[in-house]
Amino acid sequence: MEKLIEQFSLGLFFWSALIFVGLILVLKKFAWKPILDAVNEREEGIKNALLSAENAKKEMQNLKSDNEKLLADARAERDLLMKEAREIKEKMINDAKSEAQAAGEKMISQAKAAIESEKNAAMTELKNQVSSLSLEIAEKVLRDELSNKESQTKLVEKMLGDAKLN
Amino acid sequence: MVFSNKPLQFIVAVLVACLPLFSSANTATDSVHAKAEVKTESKVLNIKEKEAEDRKEYIQHHLLDTHDFHLFSYVDDNKEEHHIGFPLPVILWDEGLHLFSSSQFHHGEKAAESKGKFYKLHHEKIYRVDSAEGEIQLNNENHHPTNVKPLDLSITKNVFVMLLVSVLIFLLFRSLANSYAKNNGVAKGIGRFFEPIIIYVRDEIAIPNIGEKHYKKYMSHLLTVFFFIWFLNIFGLSPLGINVTGNIAITACLAIITYIITTLTANKNYWGHIFWMPGVPVPMKLILAPIELLGTIIKPFSLMIRLYANIVAGHIVLGSLIGLMFLFKSWFGSTLSFGLSFAISLIEVLVALLQAYIFTMLTALYFGSAVEEHHHEEEAHH
Repeated sequence: MEKLIEQFSLGLFFWSALIFVGLILVLKKFAWKPILDAVNEREEGIKNALLSAENAKKEMQNLKSDNEKLLADARAERDLLMKEAREIKEKMINDAKSEAQAAGEKMISQAKAAIESEKNAAMTELKNQVSSLSLEIAEKVLRDELSNKESQTKLVEKMLGDAKLN
Repeated sequence: MVFSNKPLQFIVAVLVACLPLFSSANTATDSVHAKAEVKTESKVLNIKEKEAEDRKEYIQHHLLDTHDFHLFSYVDDNKEEHHIGFPLPVILWDEGLHLFSSSQFHHGEKAAESKGKFYKLHHEKIYRVDSAEGEIQLNNENHHPTNVKPLDLSITKNVFVMLLVSVLIFLLFRSLANSYAKNNGVAKGIGRFFEPIIIYVRDEIAIPNIGEKHYKKYMSHLLTVFFFIWFLNIFGLSPLGINVTGNIAITACLAIITYIITTLTANKNYWGHIFWMPGVPVPMKLILAPIELLGTIIKPFSLMIRLYANIVAGHIVLGSLIGLMFLFKSWFGSTLSFGLSFAISLIEVLVALLQAYIFTMLTALYFGSAVEEHHHEEEAHH
């Protein structure tokens, strides 16, 4: 201990204190502060970059899922539209078919009715003509026959025979 | 602290255990020599003793601060000793400022003259002597000089090395700081190697010990103390023979700065724990107060002694092992001590870093205790 105290040099102590404190102050201003600031800044930068990369990744994932959702929606909508279109098409075809059938049937029935009425009209006219003809004939015959007695009788008889044949 | 000392203690223990092997081998060769050259025995012993004394002095001298930067010395053909190095300025305060070059001491052989006063070196301390031929008067009891000792503020070797290391640290970290601005926040150049260490000090030393909230204001001190001690430790391992951190004045200075910062930045909670320990009965509080107060001084004191002792121990062990190489003049012993000193050197590189780490770590811990927030209720729950 005594030797240690003897070795202790005040001058060396003075200089080392001066140099060391001076070194701290000088290095603080010119080295440690800029170095630590730069290191901190860099670390912050790295942290931020990592964070933003993570965010970008998340956003990408969100976008991807959004896209998928949109795609699925679009697909569903397309399916719906197709289904509806098919239904409409079928309905239209069915409608057209039934309408056409109805129209056809109507036309047929109209035609039938027209034919019937024409036929009736034709029959009536024929009947009328036949009756007027037979009346004329009967008039003529009666005139001829009524001029002579014999022939009158003959005619009545003949006519009666004819009428029986009819 | 514990794990840092263990390997060193282990190596020293192994070394001590191995020593008898070498010395017995040595005495055997000695005895052979002694028989063969009975006449020159006393002379040989004298030279051996002198060599041993030289080595011991060399190691002890190496641990001390010096007033000139001595690189190496050699003895030329004319048996004259030459010292290679360069002088450093001597600054004294002795009834006025004295400023002269340490070359005037002629390595302690002559007295230097300044403004009519004469100074002489004795064990690397400067004492005033009466005249140019004046000698240092030693006390008969403890062989301490009785001469007047002026206030010595010289730029000694240690101060010079500290300045050198400070400039080195400044340039290194200044270039690192500048490289960020130039390269968009990316470090470039040699400073890049130290960037992870700075981040380590921040993330592993400062934040866990001081806390996220307060650590910023201590970062400058922690980083400076870490690199200062580490670089000086590494410089101490260089063959230039520098021993800065193994100097009690310097470790004391670092520890006192830690103590001052701890004391000045301490909050109410810290003082509360010292003078009026919460959660213990009043008599205990009275007993604990002086113990805790003493503890605040013991903490930096342990910092001072730990760094000093570790570095000095490393230097002594390494110096002794290198000395052993010259002591054993056999291929076996010298090779072995070379291997050992090589291994110790590697361990010393580790110790250099470890001691810087431990000093910074404990400093951060003391700072942390100074700004610790009140959280006894939480602890009670656990």
